[in-house]
Amino acid sequence: MSTSNVELPAWIEVILIPVLNICLALFFAGLIIFAIGESPLEAVGIMLNGAFGYDEGVGYTLYYTTNFIFTGLAVAIAFHARLFNIGGEGQAYIGGLGVGLAFLLLDGYLPTVLLLPIGIIAAALFGAAWAFIPAWLQAYRGSHIVITTIMFNFIASAVMVYLLVNVLIKPGSMSPETREFSQSSWMPFMHEMLAVVGIDVTRTPLNLSFILALVCCLLVWIYIWKTRWGYALRTAGQSEAAAVYAGIKPKRIIIITMCISGALAGMVAVNEVMGVHHRVILNFTAGYGFTGIAVALMGRNHPVGIILASLLFGVLYQGGAELAFEMPKITREMVVAIQGLIILFSGALALMLRPAMVKIWLAIMPARAVAQHG
Amino acid sequence: MKLTTRLLRTGLAATASLVLAATATAADIEPAVVFDMGGKFDKSFNQGVYDGAERFKNETGLKYREFEVTNEAQREQALRRMAQRGADPVLGIGFAQAPALEKVAKEFPDVRFAIIDMVVDLPNVRSIVFKEHEGSFLVGALAALASESGKVGFVGGMDIPLIRRFACGYEQGAKHVNPDADVIQNMTGTTPAAWNDPGRGGELTKSQFERGVDVVYAAAGGTGVGVYQAAKDAGKLAIGVDSNQNYLHPGTMLTSMLKRVDVAAYNVFMDAKNDEFTAGIQVLGLAEEGVGWAIDEHNESMITGEMKAKVDELSEMIKSGDLTVHDYTSDNTCKVAG
Repeated sequence: MSTSNVELPAWIEVILIPVLNICLALFFAGLIIFAIGESPLEAVGIMLNGAFGYDEGVGYTLYYTTNFIFTGLAVAIAFHARLFNIGGEGQAYIGGLGVGLAFLLLDGYLPTVLLLPIGIIAAALFGAAWAFIPAWLQAYRGSHIVITTIMFNFIASAVMVYLLVNVLIKPGSMSPETREFSQSSWMPFMHEMLAVVGIDVTRTPLNLSFILALVCCLLVWIYIWKTRWGYALRTAGQSEAAAVYAGIKPKRIIIITMCISGALAGMVAVNEVMGVHHRVILNFTAGYGFTGIAVALMGRNHPVGIILASLLFGVLYQGGAELAFEMPKITREMVVAIQGLIILFSGALALMLRPAMVKIWLAIMPARAVAQHG
Repeated sequence: MKLTTRLLRTGLAATASLVLAATATAADIEPAVVFDMGGKFDKSFNQGVYDGAERFKNETGLKYREFEVTNEAQREQALRRMAQRGADPVLGIGFAQAPALEKVAKEFPDVRFAIIDMVVDLPNVRSIVFKEHEGSFLVGALAALASESGKVGFVGGMDIPLIRRFACGYEQGAKHVNPDADVIQNMTGTTPAAWNDPGRGGELTKSQFERGVDVVYAAAGGTGVGVYQAAKDAGKLAIGVDSNQNYLHPGTMLTSMLKRVDVAAYNVFMDAKNDEFTAGIQVLGLAEEGVGWAIDEHNESMITGEMKAKVDELSEMIKSGDLTVHDYTSDNTCKVAG
């Protein structure tokens, strides 16, 4: 009997199965830790304590979360139009170029109230522009978006290295990076803002971008589910023929959706370049664009799910760093393996437990299930 | 059952270390090192530091804390955590850690910091930089002396100013002994993957050989392994970098350009232990023996007396200041005299 068409209550689909997946992943990760002679329970304790146990840990966790929300949203919105945007990494990188160019030109002349929105818009515009080209190629030339967006990551990387090494580099500097922007263009840090209202927390990279990320979640939710454009987007994603019949132009949908997706990915630069580094540096994207794919998968392409999945990845990143710090036997490669297991179980094997769940559910609730079948 | 024994053992170990800590003398320090993205086993730069730290551990019996960063934000975090945990001195590896180290060093003025490959100008920071162009100049001269075709090659890792500094010194050295020398340069790539791409390194080397090169110098981290292998396969000569890599392929490895990060790291820890730690800038060139070229049992048969005499002469001229090697990063251009 096929189980895929049996409906399960929402709390099983959305809460129970993901939690069980994470538990399974943690179990296997625990086996690895046990095999090298450390206590798995202690390791989990260190990870959670490192992520939530003190204010600095929380700050770093939420700082990573911010990046994942942006890239996760970018992948998710494209996915609703059945476009697989693997180019978040490159779009974020080029978004950083947008911020950099805007601030290198303007940061001495304008006040903060103007610079912050300009930086955000520049990041979004450049990210969108970088996504526009693959989108156009997909819509009008039939080049597959997966291939082109992957390739554009490499092009972005090469462009940025060229510009940072040859053009934008601060003269006399050893490292390929721009000069530091003037302080008026910095995204306010959370610890600074909390200090204003009298709450004293340790300094962390967490900044106002986190709030921006949450706002983006709300906007994406409204866009996809509460507007005509979102309706057109979902229709084109579900069935192109139906969309055409309904008077929706799929080519336009591809272009618009990819531009929004690229803009969201470009926002990573707001967090990293405007918020933390205050200059354009090499590889500030650090793989967040790729992790965004896993975040969107785990979050079931829904903003709420993406926030939760991003938080989980934030915990993994920050807690993982703490683990490598506290347990010298656990190397950073092992931390990546543990993260990989969690992605494997909650992303790739997300539906592994579902058939079993359906059977259990049918056994417990035969009458209701039969009613649904009919 | 097993878990209980393990917990018991952990408990015992903790008690033992407490007892040890109680008997420790005031001269004992808790040094820490924060490795950069390459990781401590990169067979090159970070590993040199690791070797130096291990030597310190073996000689003194003192343990050190360590961390390998995996993204940009972790640098500051790791340095701060080390300082919070009472580590002293804290050693940061690589130019990329400079902004983070500067911030953290300001927050902990009583903790001693050190950084390799970059200058952080603070009263509690020792900055150690190397004149890679001087060492590269010497191996460039050696390459031109050993070359029969008059064409020598350079394979860099990622295309950044630091590596151009190597390339520029090398070119100056080659052209100093042979003004007609052709120096063919290739960079492996534009992303950090270029530090660990032996396959591409080998291909670049082969294409240089096809263009007539017969000595190749690699400044490319793990990519160098492919360069040396290609040289061995083609029966040409290769020059190693950072650590002494002469042992890799005796008969192929003409020499290695040494950059003594191991000594620098060891000295930071040792000076702190002996209360001789000094802040400020240390510029380690040929004169300070921070850079140099390697001659040992693996390559002495390949270096003729003439070659050695010439390179030693150049080395003395650089040390005394009669000959200056242009530093690419001083003005981001490569001026080759002569």
